[in-house]
Amino acid sequence: MQFLGTRSAAAAETAHKINEISGQNVGRCMQCGQCSGACPMFATGSLPVPPRRIMHLLQLGHVERAAVLETAWCCAACHACEVRCPRSLDLPKVMEAIRQLTLRRNVDFVAPGAVPRAVLASAPPIAMVAAFRRLTP
Amino acid sequence: MRIAYYPGCTLKLTAQNLEAAALASLRALGLVVEELPRWNCCGAVASLAEDDLLHQVAPVRDLVRAAERGADRLLTLCAPCYNTLARANRLMAEDEEKRKTINLFMEEEPDYAGQVKVVHLLDFLRDDLGFEALATKVVRPLTGLKVAPYYGCMLLRPKRVAIEEHPTLLHRLLAALGAETVDFPAMTDCCGAYQILGHEAMALDASAAILRSATRRGAQALVTSCPLCDYNLGARQPDLRDRHGDLPELPVYYFTQLLALALGCAPEALRLDLSPPGCRRLLAERGAIAAAT
Repeated sequence: MQFLGTRSAAAAETAHKINEISGQNVGRCMQCGQCSGACPMFATGSLPVPPRRIMHLLQLGHVERAAVLETAWCCAACHACEVRCPRSLDLPKVMEAIRQLTLRRNVDFVAPGAVPRAVLASAPPIAMVAAFRRLTP
Repeated sequence: MRIAYYPGCTLKLTAQNLEAAALASLRALGLVVEELPRWNCCGAVASLAEDDLLHQVAPVRDLVRAAERGADRLLTLCAPCYNTLARANRLMAEDEEKRKTINLFMEEEPDYAGQVKVVHLLDFLRDDLGFEALATKVVRPLTGLKVAPYYGCMLLRPKRVAIEEHPTLLHRLLAALGAETVDFPAMTDCCGAYQILGHEAMALDASAAILRSATRRGAQALVTSCPLCDYNLGARQPDLRDRHGDLPELPVYYFTQLLALALGCAPEALRLDLSPPGCRRLLAERGAIAAAT
């Protein structure tokens, strides 16, 4: 495994924010990988970094590194990971906290104007409300 | 005992088939529900950030509307609406500090403490009618139709708002309607949901895995209670086949459409004009509806 270094005071503070926003203590994760095995997005084979490794990055205080990876952004909050977590961690809440730290700087992950017109015309309102709730500030 | 019915935005637009078939079925079963005269979007997804109480206001306001009508239950058809409302309701019932903050924030509304029970049509049918009684009301059984009951996420997770711990309700409903249920491993997997707008390819691949799992087990059709699943698995099936050429066509219905059909409701109540063409074709081939309905 790649050596990720010790965490600075600033990194520790950002990591603490993840715990505050999510209401979860990421330090409780024991890296068993059940979440990764359950994740339907990881199962597609298109997601390079599984949720287990995101939890590890957070434990080491590397919130910024976790936030630029696709994992939290492609999470559909299906809670398959949470059901299987032997430590009862609510991972969708952790993924939300990662997104929130970026979105609260007024950054759009999905630009509503960039969604193809054909999709906007056919998609159910619930798809749009949900996607913009999770992926825009 | 009064039951308020909350439709949600999507049921008034792209998922009118989910609603029309459900209301026709409830009429056929003699069950009376009253749509809330005023309601708003529930927010589509539950708020996940502990410090974000503002997004709880929309679902709580709907629950207040139900409480002020004197309803003790709020009936939902759409799985994500069920999930969002039920989670907001649990928060109001169990977290005193957050309940106080939300009630103070909505000072124009009466205080609310989670007293209305949020139910989904599936547990409503189980509790208020029972599947054995339902079976006696079936006039057009779906005999020989192999249907994959697809639960998805929102009815079952997280566990504290699950309509049941292990998925059986769709199985029992379909069995009561005379259909043959097809167990398949992806029964509770996620279709990618709203990521169809954020990560389209990934959501299409997740949806394809579900359809493949159901077709491998010999399903002729799949049922869902979620307009997002219906879109990803049904309306987007041509796009799925562009990426996964070997995927056979599988008609995706709302469970209410098959319910209405079996109860002998007028075929128009199924609103098959809003479903992919394969849905009408399969029922017409079976002689369940006229080809041009």
